[in-house]
Amino acid sequence: MHIEILGARYNKYINIDNLCKNVSNVFGLEVKFKKIVLDFGLAFDPHRLQYYSTKLLELIINSGNLNNDRKSIILTDLDLFVPILTYVFGEAELNGKAAIASSHRLHNEYYGLPRNDELLQSRIEKEIIHELGHTFGLIHCSDNFCVMHSSSYVEDIDLKYSDFCKECRKIYNSL
Amino acid sequence: MDNKNFGILIVDDEQIVRESLYRWFIEDGFRVETAENGADALRKLQKSSFDIAFVDIRMPGMDGLELQRRIKEIDKSISIIIITAFASVESAVRALKEGAYDYVTKPIDPDELSHIVSNIINQKKLMLENIQLKQKIEDLSQVEEIVGESPQIKKVFELILTVAKTDTTVLIRGESGTGKELVAKAIHANSSRKYFPIIPVNCGALNDNLLESELFGHERGAFTGAQYRRKGKFEMADGGTIFFDEIGNVSEKLQVDLLRVLETKQFTRLGGEQLINVDVRIICATNRDLEQAVKEGKFREDLYYRLNVFTIFLPPLRERKSDIPILVEHFIKKYSQVMSKPIMKIDPDALDVLMRYDWPGNVRELANAIERAMVIGKPPAIKKEDLPFQLLSNGVDKPLSDSLEEIERAHILKILNQCDWNITRSAEILGIDRATLYNKINKYKLR
Repeated sequence: MHIEILGARYNKYINIDNLCKNVSNVFGLEVKFKKIVLDFGLAFDPHRLQYYSTKLLELIINSGNLNNDRKSIILTDLDLFVPILTYVFGEAELNGKAAIASSHRLHNEYYGLPRNDELLQSRIEKEIIHELGHTFGLIHCSDNFCVMHSSSYVEDIDLKYSDFCKECRKIYNSL
Repeated sequence: MDNKNFGILIVDDEQIVRESLYRWFIEDGFRVETAENGADALRKLQKSSFDIAFVDIRMPGMDGLELQRRIKEIDKSISIIIITAFASVESAVRALKEGAYDYVTKPIDPDELSHIVSNIINQKKLMLENIQLKQKIEDLSQVEEIVGESPQIKKVFELILTVAKTDTTVLIRGESGTGKELVAKAIHANSSRKYFPIIPVNCGALNDNLLESELFGHERGAFTGAQYRRKGKFEMADGGTIFFDEIGNVSEKLQVDLLRVLETKQFTRLGGEQLINVDVRIICATNRDLEQAVKEGKFREDLYYRLNVFTIFLPPLRERKSDIPILVEHFIKKYSQVMSKPIMKIDPDALDVLMRYDWPGNVRELANAIERAMVIGKPPAIKKEDLPFQLLSNGVDKPLSDSLEEIERAHILKILNQCDWNITRSAEILGIDRATLYNKINKYKLR
């Protein structure tokens, strides 16, 4: 089993090597990075000016490139949504093979604050680990500091560690 | 409450909405089901229970408002959240007026969604905790049963239930051992104050200074040894009941203090200046002749009238001897469980001894006699020789005094009890007419 991060229109300030290393440390699996080209136009909503994350996930799932030895996650900087919600940071197939994470709302500039690459790196790492956690069957955790805690605001993400709490670690290790 | 025990039903005709919310809540670990219309939702509600229902206000067929009404008919405890487009906010407000928990407009802010759901979960957890705590308090405050079927004790039950629902001050009168504290606890347990404490104060057990400090508390340094501020029993009983046992033994000084608290519901701690307000119900008990004490100037008349608002007279056991068999059965069962001893009954001749005895110590003395007999007796039944010596030596139906009136009173009561208070039969046996018997019952205050 290994993890594959698929970069598609991703933020150039993200340090990919560090990202792969840190994700690998959390899951104890090899992490590979690959740039891909996706037809984002199929998921674009011209009224909301956002991209429908479930459709992007479907694009990957239906591409025939996924297999059981691999968890794949798309890394993008596009603004994602699902129709009922105003936005999402990411989406995953619970206990599945694919996920998607966006850095669009994770950088400070989005909130009118000065650029902070270190913070962006930390936030996207947590978001990627969180969504990948779902693909391994982990659900949201009530521990505010656990990476699997549900976050609706970046402040919530900043509060979390980029690792599982004891309970989630126990579940992950038992898989 | 674990999230997996928490059920969410999503009702929306748009598949995309159902799927998005489904995925969102599944990641939170909830039990989630979806329904594409009102009829489908009602079917699912019949099959399993849900805590939250997200209901789209505009759906073909049954709309969200109608569905909300139907859901509430099935299960009132479901929190309904109306999903609406901005244009239909007015209908959402109507839904709120009809009992919806909240409404969200499409598209929903993820943070708003998380907040609404976590608020509902917290509320349900608190409600559950509240129910469990109330149950625990009820279990803990289970009052020891007052046992008896005689007309006299039935009258006491009636009075307890009548006065319990009010906040009236109650004076319980009766000889020692008749169960005055049990009655006080029963009044408290049947009142709206039952979730607050009942604080007993034994006025006969403490000297004046100690009792004052016990009742009103004290400030630090109020007297030698008062190293800390301490709350008194009045403060501890706030919201509940304070039970003064042996109120007739309270000193004149304390009678004045008590009267002031009864009138104003305010007091100060010893050594303090701050006025403290309390909301307490007062129940008092005494075996003393308070009227005589008032006449002799030993008990303040104004306090007497303050306390003597609603009086419950507890009959002595000798006046309700028909209750002895049932009391004996009750105590045998109780002590047999406590001692794990299989004595389940009493021999008829032993019971006869108990029926003939006067019981000056009342029910408490009877309970002690049975307990003793259970200790020394052997299964399967209590025998005559297991009973205390004084019962056996004194086991005759002797008069209480040499006064003719006392003898008449005791004899009438005996016949009434023998006849289960059948007035006609009792009058026949006594050789008097019914009217005379009624007059004598009133004269001797037998009922």
